[in-house]
Amino acid sequence: MPEVDASFLDLPRFELADAALQRAADLGATYAEFRLERIRSEAISLRDGVLESARDDEDLGLAVRVVHDGTWGFAAGVALTTDEAVRVAEQAVHLAQVSRPINSERIELADEPVYDDVSWVSSYEIDPLSLPRAEKVALLTDYSNRLLQAPGVAHVTARVASVNECKFYANSEGTSTTQQRVRIGPSFRATAIDAETGRFDTMASCAPPAGRGWEYLTGTGWNWDEELAQIPGWLAEKMSAPSVEAGHYDLVIDPTNLWLTIHESIGHATELDRALGYEANYAGTSFATTDKLGNLAYGSPIMHVTGDRTAVNGLSTVGYDDEGVAGQQWDLIKDGVLVGYQVDRRMARVNRELLGTDRSNGCAYADSSGHIPIQRMANVSLQPAADGPSTEELISRVQNGIYIVGDKSWSIDMQRYNFQFTGQRFYKITDGKLDGQVRDVAYQATTTEFWGSMEAVGGPQTYVLGGALNCGKAQPSQSGAVSHGCPSALFRDVRILNTTQEAGR
Amino acid sequence: MTTAIQLNPQDTIERGLELAAAAGASGCVVLVSETSSANLRWANNTLTTNGAMRGTKVSVIATVGAGEGTAAGVVGRSSTTDRSIQELVEAAVAAARESSPAEDAQSLVEGSVGEDWDLEPDETSVTVYADFAPALGATLTRAGKENRWLYGFADHEVTTVYVGSSTGLRLRHSLPRGFVSATGKSGDLSQSAWVGAATADFRDIDPLAIDTELVRRLGWATRTVSVEAGRHATVLPPAAVADLTTFLFWELDGRDAHEGRSVFSKPTGGTRIGEVLTPHPVGLRSDPNLSGLETLPFAVARTSSGNSSVFDNGLSLSATDWIRGGRLEHLMQSRYTAGLTNAPAVTPLVDNYVLSVDGATGTTDDLVAGLEHGLLLTCLWYIRPVDQQTLLLTGLTRDGVYQVENGEVVGAVNNFRFNESPVDLLARFTAAGATVPSFSREWGDDSTRTATPPLLVPDFNMSSVSQAS
Repeated sequence: MPEVDASFLDLPRFELADAALQRAADLGATYAEFRLERIRSEAISLRDGVLESARDDEDLGLAVRVVHDGTWGFAAGVALTTDEAVRVAEQAVHLAQVSRPINSERIELADEPVYDDVSWVSSYEIDPLSLPRAEKVALLTDYSNRLLQAPGVAHVTARVASVNECKFYANSEGTSTTQQRVRIGPSFRATAIDAETGRFDTMASCAPPAGRGWEYLTGTGWNWDEELAQIPGWLAEKMSAPSVEAGHYDLVIDPTNLWLTIHESIGHATELDRALGYEANYAGTSFATTDKLGNLAYGSPIMHVTGDRTAVNGLSTVGYDDEGVAGQQWDLIKDGVLVGYQVDRRMARVNRELLGTDRSNGCAYADSSGHIPIQRMANVSLQPAADGPSTEELISRVQNGIYIVGDKSWSIDMQRYNFQFTGQRFYKITDGKLDGQVRDVAYQATTTEFWGSMEAVGGPQTYVLGGALNCGKAQPSQSGAVSHGCPSALFRDVRILNTTQEAGR
Repeated sequence: MTTAIQLNPQDTIERGLELAAAAGASGCVVLVSETSSANLRWANNTLTTNGAMRGTKVSVIATVGAGEGTAAGVVGRSSTTDRSIQELVEAAVAAARESSPAEDAQSLVEGSVGEDWDLEPDETSVTVYADFAPALGATLTRAGKENRWLYGFADHEVTTVYVGSSTGLRLRHSLPRGFVSATGKSGDLSQSAWVGAATADFRDIDPLAIDTELVRRLGWATRTVSVEAGRHATVLPPAAVADLTTFLFWELDGRDAHEGRSVFSKPTGGTRIGEVLTPHPVGLRSDPNLSGLETLPFAVARTSSGNSSVFDNGLSLSATDWIRGGRLEHLMQSRYTAGLTNAPAVTPLVDNYVLSVDGATGTTDDLVAGLEHGLLLTCLWYIRPVDQQTLLLTGLTRDGVYQVENGEVVGAVNNFRFNESPVDLLARFTAAGATVPSFSREWGDDSTRTATPPLLVPDFNMSSVSQAS
């Protein structure tokens, strides 16, 4: 069982926090919180089996957020001295004072039990940053060469991003938490080029980023041997596949693709800050407005979606969020109806009557010490049917359709209605059986129509935890990592576009 | 607690270079970026968040001999003290020793000490909003009284970059950057308008004027019309053109094109350099000294890629024509990839661009005045590549699409999803206006140094209707 890195524990966490929180209190702050964060990251990339770039970074700093005269103030700095902690606290209070005239809503926070000097570590076996780089590059070279040596593969890109995030949080209510999270995001992509026509296409691994360690790259949680052996054949078939005929099809969507549709059309849509307008200028709002809570038919009655900050190996899994709230699991959509939101402490307090609870569900997160905590996505997952069918059984129910595997392109409007997604592989389904790949496929739909067309979800045996390392939100922009689990699922009569025709060719 | 001593950028670099030499590095580059920023964010007619941050980024690129070649180790930290700099340099040297020879290895760039080398980093603070914040408060109050909703973000940042190398290079450059992005909505939230602008110091940004423009645009929405998807004559203002051009700009990767996996690849092999992309006299140019769009005059690379190299740090950047007279002139190249791809010149990334059409004059309003029947956009959003072969992009219109009849805006229409290639659009537009400083809705938070013209496209592909408002 991993423990919080001793070198982080050796930093003067409590000394800095005490200095900052005391100074904020002395200056009249009614609430204050302190974060000390160290984010170690490594990015390795290989191009055609040759090391192109390897970078090792560490971001270490402190932050203070206060409520002063009912107004937020936030400041951050990098020097780990009590003088700097005091300066940052003073700056946060100053910013609150400067901002007070343009704040018309006094800040109040939902109550949360006090957690006194607690620790939490995510579930992983081998910290990727603890291994010699040469060992990691050797594995990536091996994986790249397996692809490069296959006929028809012209180029291979291999990348791995690894993160070790240590965070100390303390607030003026007496809570202090120390946490360590490890995550990893591998990516392998093969490219084929037709020498006669110049046409090219790619086939990428479907392995999602995960809240795991280096063991993920050696077979725990993903079968690399099997997938790498298959990618060249899949790519060759895609290169010679017929272009899809645009129209409406029944779709069986693999979890390696569906996770991203969940992220965009459910995950972001059920963030209460968006529903309330706080992201209107940037990432956008949500069609799932508060008047629809409890009555919006989000999708078919078999649809059950949860928010979860406790899922093992989840990228958004924490012991405590960045407002000192313990991780939880709750319903967002139950029996196809919108029943919940993702909230932070401020939103929980202001909207307690709407939500039926005065407790935050722990969705505050800042991506570094340099940024303010914002309402951030939990692991939002579509639950499988307890005795549900296999992917093959779902395919068997389709006469004329497409089976979609792997994610590629994604886009959705600023209220989360209209979306368009592509994928890695698209198999024609004829009379209940796979009938070879087609290409140039994109599916386009409106969120509630799409989820309303979901006729069946697969069983637990089809469930995969997908995810992303780089979900963007807020201004200044912050990057979040989040997982989405889902089974395979069957959707009826979805619009399919031919992307070559869309390009006017 | 024994206090570690924070080093200033110059001392960090000198100490880092000394330690690298002592550790046996054959060469070393140390990059230091000092950033300060201050921001205000508002929504629902009130301030929501704010912040004042300082950040430091120190990167050490150590090189060592490796077999027949040279290997590089790159390690970065958010700050350095008199103690941590040693660990940082040792980590970089160790990383280089662990690495195989770098494919892109070159001699480190040579140079001298810049005149401003000894200067401290420039800074910003919340005082940059001394005039802006009270005026913003007045607009928020005014909007509340007039039953409108305002949302927005103002950001100001100053980054000072220092580059020092074992070959004697000592360069410093300071870059201010700011922008405001403001959205207005009608009281019932059914209509939305947006205005954005880049600025160096906020002295030229008037929140009251921005609010007045939002009110004008919301006024256009007094009448609403439903328009079906399809190919429509569409006026793209400079912001929307910047949304699309930025993606084209990123795609100017010389090595990808040479390897046959880019829209700028020639089907028969090699790149499309020399090929006419559009019959129009289109230019796409970068220049670190462009007035109002000034950017770093030397290369800074913390990683190597298809168009950049850590060995090129400090390389002087100069004006580069990517497209001239409609012809593809250059693609982005490091010294290494320029040789690899037989490029006509070494043309690294420059962090600004100007898209222009020779002889084009007039404004977005002038293009609207010349349009008999069609659409006027405000900006585009959630733009993602669908097909690299054609650089087909998808995305959506946002915060204001208007119907134009006989040269006048006559009402607001629904939003659309589009599927379009910016490379194709350069060939298909039928009218253009004068190039002006622009602010991309989607990419402007990262890249504010753009100038683009408005364009009229006769058949912009609106793939479907979006219900978003």
